[in-house]
Amino acid sequence: MHTKDINENLPWSQINKDVMRSMMNPRKAYWVAIIVCIAMISCAVAAEVYQYNVGMGPANLNWPHMWDLYIATFIFWIGMSHPGTLLSAILHIIHADWRKPIYRFAEAMTTFSLMTAGLFPVIHIGRLWNMYWVLPYYSDRGIWPNFRSPLVWDAFAISTYLTSSALFLFIGMIPDLAICRDNTTGWRRKLYTILSLGWRGDDRQWRNFRRTYLLMACFLIPLAVSVHSIVSSDFAMSVMPGWHVTTFPPYFVAGALYSGCAAIMTLFICLRYFFRLEDYMTIPILVKTAKLTFAIAMVWTYLNLIEFASIWYGHNAVDKELLIAKFTGAYSPYFWMMLFIGSVVPFTLASEKLRTHLPTMLVVSLVLNLGMWLERWMIVTPTLSQGYHPFAFDVMWPSMIQWAIVFGSFGWFGLLFLIFVKVFPCVSMYEVKEMCYHRKREAMGVGHGSHAAGGAAGAVTASKTDLEGS
Amino acid sequence: MSLENILENWSKYRKGHEEGGYHEYEHMWGMAIDLDKCTGCNACSVACYAENNLAVVGEEKFSKGQGMHWLRIERYWDEPDLGEDKVNEYQIHGASFIPMNCQHCNAATCEPVCPVAATYHTPDGLNAQVYNRCIGSRYCSNNCPYRLRYFNFFSYYEDSWPEPLQMQLNPDISVRDKGVMEKCTFCVQRIRTAKDDAARDDRRGPGAVKDGDLKTACQQSCATQAIFFGDLLDKDSAVSKVWEKHEVALGKSSQNKSNPDKRGYRVLEGLNTDPCVMFLERVREV
Repeated sequence: MHTKDINENLPWSQINKDVMRSMMNPRKAYWVAIIVCIAMISCAVAAEVYQYNVGMGPANLNWPHMWDLYIATFIFWIGMSHPGTLLSAILHIIHADWRKPIYRFAEAMTTFSLMTAGLFPVIHIGRLWNMYWVLPYYSDRGIWPNFRSPLVWDAFAISTYLTSSALFLFIGMIPDLAICRDNTTGWRRKLYTILSLGWRGDDRQWRNFRRTYLLMACFLIPLAVSVHSIVSSDFAMSVMPGWHVTTFPPYFVAGALYSGCAAIMTLFICLRYFFRLEDYMTIPILVKTAKLTFAIAMVWTYLNLIEFASIWYGHNAVDKELLIAKFTGAYSPYFWMMLFIGSVVPFTLASEKLRTHLPTMLVVSLVLNLGMWLERWMIVTPTLSQGYHPFAFDVMWPSMIQWAIVFGSFGWFGLLFLIFVKVFPCVSMYEVKEMCYHRKREAMGVGHGSHAAGGAAGAVTASKTDLEGS
Repeated sequence: MSLENILENWSKYRKGHEEGGYHEYEHMWGMAIDLDKCTGCNACSVACYAENNLAVVGEEKFSKGQGMHWLRIERYWDEPDLGEDKVNEYQIHGASFIPMNCQHCNAATCEPVCPVAATYHTPDGLNAQVYNRCIGSRYCSNNCPYRLRYFNFFSYYEDSWPEPLQMQLNPDISVRDKGVMEKCTFCVQRIRTAKDDAARDDRRGPGAVKDGDLKTACQQSCATQAIFFGDLLDKDSAVSKVWEKHEVALGKSSQNKSNPDKRGYRVLEGLNTDPCVMFLERVREV
């Protein structure tokens, strides 16, 4: 069985060849997937066009359920964006080099899930043609957005995070784009020539690159944490029971990392299978991701428990009744399902045997994401169904319009991701080479201390020479 | 909140923040509703529909919770879990009614959450809703503990007033299209008219409108005169006297009563929303 994260004797030309192969010549299955995604998007577009013309009524939104799946799915996609940053920035800073073969697609996932999430506030707005009013642009009327509103903070947080993570994705890709430039022809060569920004791989470029990358990583970590904290303040800043919860910021961040890590496992297994990247996306790396997911799952469980306990012992009647209603009321099947999936299912990740079995892991990771989606729904809707005023107590079920748009959002994410994997290298070639280099030196007993920029720079520059030679 | 305004009045805003809330009110429109007088006849609600161009949405949409009743009569039946026989015994007295319209909270939870500041507090102490500014994020309604904000889920005006019913629309206020939030305004158009009339009589500024200069539509139509409306800053107004008599004061999250005969209370005032609508408990021999 595999025990090493990566085979350190992988020739560098082989790495280039494997990754370039994954980008070229899409097979029939790829086009089928593209068509499926476009069909899913069409469902959402049809629903949205109808909703735009008629109003929010057909979505089955009502008094008092003013928000529903749109906001729940918005939080879901924002959450999905977090582990990309975890892998590419946090693990980068703590020198966990096993992240190297898998961080690129995780980072892409960050950007694309933010692009998906950003659509939902727009879709859910009653007069979406006036959406830009939440931005602080100068107007002759001297009217500004309400800076006290968490929705305005959302707009700032998400746009900042989207810009930064897209930049981070791009910056991290520059050396790889240069490799692509040198190995392609036609439109691809033109594209990569522009995107690689004249990368030659000399020492000065590597030094600047390293610094920029580290700086961006340091910038992104607090940003990622604050983004989901701000999203959580949409709820925590309100007065409603079940929303006005002090632990929401860490709870949301934990939930975000949780669903995102599960999504990384899903994409990991798919990419490994479809692109035959078994040499890069190895079982030991999957096991490490699974362990990480398990740890986060336990943090999430803990935060759930302290939320329940603080409500229970807080003796605030309204909060307590809502909690009891969640456990026993109309939404209880989904609430129990969320608790089961979120806290019990991750124990499969603790089993050595199960977490090395790919089909099981694929199913588990999908189920975990379902659980996390349910979590968001169970945050948003029960509070609206049972708030303070008993006359307004109600139960609702979202209509097909909402389901279609939620369904379509997965198609939109899928389409962006599918285009990404065929246009950009989904495995970081230069970092895999670094990883092989370091592992080899370790194996030879040269020891650590090889994180210095010079060593790595030399290594990858050599790889280019190697490539030109072949 | 223009930049010039912020710079010019910086010290005011800074100080205002420390003191909390808005202080230079011209009026503080408030209400008192005597539940002992309320018969639950719904005349106030109907009057509100007529006065404020409220859309009639039809039975299907109404039962789906997409109605637009700014003033609703809520019905409560006593303790449904007392057991079948007990319920009958108690329900001989009928349902308890409470008319709920926007409480015009002085610390309104709906105001800070609106991303575009479409809902704000006026110098009249009203919680105003600017339809033209509203983008329909519906956060205000979610954050209203009383659930007294209603959203235009459809372009209701298309079907609500078929020819020639559109002739009965009140020309003093707008008809709302889909995608905006709306709620009770304390008949702001009548307040405006009263203020304009007062200005013509050379009465301006705080206290310009005298008690009795205007009535809200619901107050006007209440058969038992259960609704008092007026300026709470004017200590001689009828509504102030009711508030004072029943020992309810603004700016508190709980009221200290000298004896149980003082029936006044405000709904959910423990949340510190500081509502301007006060209710008088129903007296029953049970």
